[in-house]
Amino acid sequence: MEAAGPARSPGHPDDRDLIEAIVEQATAEVDDSATPPELTGASVSYLPVATRRPEAAPHRVDEARRSDVDEWGRSEHMRSIVRRLYDPMYRYWFRVEWEGLEKIPAEGGALLIANHAGAIPADAPAIMHGVETELGRPVYGLADYFFRTLPGVGTMWSRTGGVPAHPDNAYRILHDQQQLALVFPEGTKATSKTYTDRYRLRRFGRGGFVEIAMRAGVPVIPIAVVGAEEAMPIVFRISGVAKALKLPYFPVTANSLLLGPLGYVTYFPAKFKLRVLDPITFDVEPGLERYSRSRVMDEAERIRASMQDTLHDMLRERRSVWFG
Amino acid sequence: MGRRVLITGLDTFWGGRMAQALEAKPDVEMILGLGTKEPRVPLERTEFVRSDQKYSILSRIVRATQVDTIVHTFLETNSLAVPGRVLHEINVIGTLNLLAAAGASGASVRKVVVKSSTHVYGAAEQDPAWFREEDTRTGPVRTKLERSLIEVESLVRDFADDNPHLDVTVLRFANVLGTDIVTPISHNLRRRVLPCIAGFDPLVQFVEEDDVVRALEFATEHRASGVFNVAGDGKLPWSEVASIAGAHLLPLPPLRPRLFAAPLDRLGGVRFPPEMEGLVRYGRGVDTERLRRAGFEYRYTSAGAVHSFARANNLRRATGSTTPEYRYEQDVEQFFRHSPAVVRGIDT
Repeated sequence: MEAAGPARSPGHPDDRDLIEAIVEQATAEVDDSATPPELTGASVSYLPVATRRPEAAPHRVDEARRSDVDEWGRSEHMRSIVRRLYDPMYRYWFRVEWEGLEKIPAEGGALLIANHAGAIPADAPAIMHGVETELGRPVYGLADYFFRTLPGVGTMWSRTGGVPAHPDNAYRILHDQQQLALVFPEGTKATSKTYTDRYRLRRFGRGGFVEIAMRAGVPVIPIAVVGAEEAMPIVFRISGVAKALKLPYFPVTANSLLLGPLGYVTYFPAKFKLRVLDPITFDVEPGLERYSRSRVMDEAERIRASMQDTLHDMLRERRSVWFG
Repeated sequence: MGRRVLITGLDTFWGGRMAQALEAKPDVEMILGLGTKEPRVPLERTEFVRSDQKYSILSRIVRATQVDTIVHTFLETNSLAVPGRVLHEINVIGTLNLLAAAGASGASVRKVVVKSSTHVYGAAEQDPAWFREEDTRTGPVRTKLERSLIEVESLVRDFADDNPHLDVTVLRFANVLGTDIVTPISHNLRRRVLPCIAGFDPLVQFVEEDDVVRALEFATEHRASGVFNVAGDGKLPWSEVASIAGAHLLPLPPLRPRLFAAPLDRLGGVRFPPEMEGLVRYGRGVDTERLRRAGFEYRYTSAGAVHSFARANNLRRATGSTTPEYRYEQDVEQFFRHSPAVVRGIDT
């Protein structure tokens, strides 16, 4: 395999120039990538303490790359394809309507949180699509690492902006890169709940999202979503199947009762209404390792209560599940 | 007095490269290399001592030569290269003896540099995108290689705790690619096939071989105690690695992909070591801020390392030539180094 191509001896006079040219080309790019300065003086007193900060290291990432997949796995190219495919669904199926979208900042990090619903939740793509098309900035959707374990799905999820929900990942996105992150503090407790519990917010985890926002020094922006509960409601769950398939839960949805297996890929055309609440900033010093547990839990509970109130408000105003 | 450096694994790729790099430094007075076989690269002033892989003679050598720095490059990070039992002997028992010699009373050692690997973090679905040095792995230890490296690092940690007057540096290197190094990944890429797991396209990091040597040099020259990750900037998808290197992806089934490893190797010479499974499923990223803050500068990014390999590989394909094999000749080397007949200090 090594000797691909015609077997000519490398020493052939005609080839020499060519080979030298190739070698030059191959080494040239290495050479011009900044010769490193001498790290120590000529006479070394034993081991100087390393304190130098490097000045602008030679970043050549873009030049060398062949795809636009970023360090989180998100590809803007893939995202734009998905946006084009999803847009009709967003516009004509769910007829998504936003209220207060201007409260989401056009730059700087912010942690978006929302209520979560539906066996295969339709709210995450709707929020990500809406923010990306309206504000023109990427949203990273933090979700359970379970997605990563699924072949195909995991890769697709990652390319379209999904990131495993790890506090460290969230901190880097929010603080170091000043981007938008979307989390659902209820987690799978919300998506696995049955239709009888619709619009009843579950516990907001252990308030981890508040702590991350405090540490990163970014606001929390709650979004109340109405409609996702009715798009794919769960009638009941079968725990045995979930265990056998190693899924977090196995739902039997109204969609699947009507449409069979097709029901797992078909949403009901519920009208989506999203209301952005006022951003919440915390008056604490960012960057600490730990924050007062009681403060964190209080803030989380306050946010949960205000979201629950907003949901009730929106439901009071809603006259029809399908037409809003 | 200049520095006196002992390198383990002189016959391996890293030992040889490290010795060559140190020979160029005028402040290094003496370089001593240990190896189980003869060195494979031409060396000018490095002394070579043959030893067994467990280094049982090491404490005598350390005492006799009064070395102040030990560079431990002889850790096997490819489980296909040696049988499991030998892997344990080389990595764990070898390190044990090395540390015993370095910490013996009367030893002149002041610095120990260990070349470890980011394999100690494993690769699992619950991993953070970027491991910091103090993070622990999230998944269970599944492979012999990872187990042995973790054991080595815990030995080194204990050693550093017991000998606070010594400067102990552990460098954890990401997967290496470059012009010359042969790893299972580069072996596959040279054959234009890269095994992957169907449905997974993880993000991976690489470090270029020159940066590996430079990082080892950096560690011997600076006071930098503790553990440091070493990897190029950025990450790139596994599929992009194949595309840059002009290789085709070979998808293995998501369930038990390792069942196909042995037949693949037998039939097509495609290497798929056990420690690669996690990597090609979930990828791995390490935070390199700590070494950067200590003053180290990388010459290559992760993608740059893959390009460096690809360029060298293109040249190999075009010319069909490889560098001529170097043969170590004991008597000749000894003559040039020690005979009074050789006039020193002139270019020959």
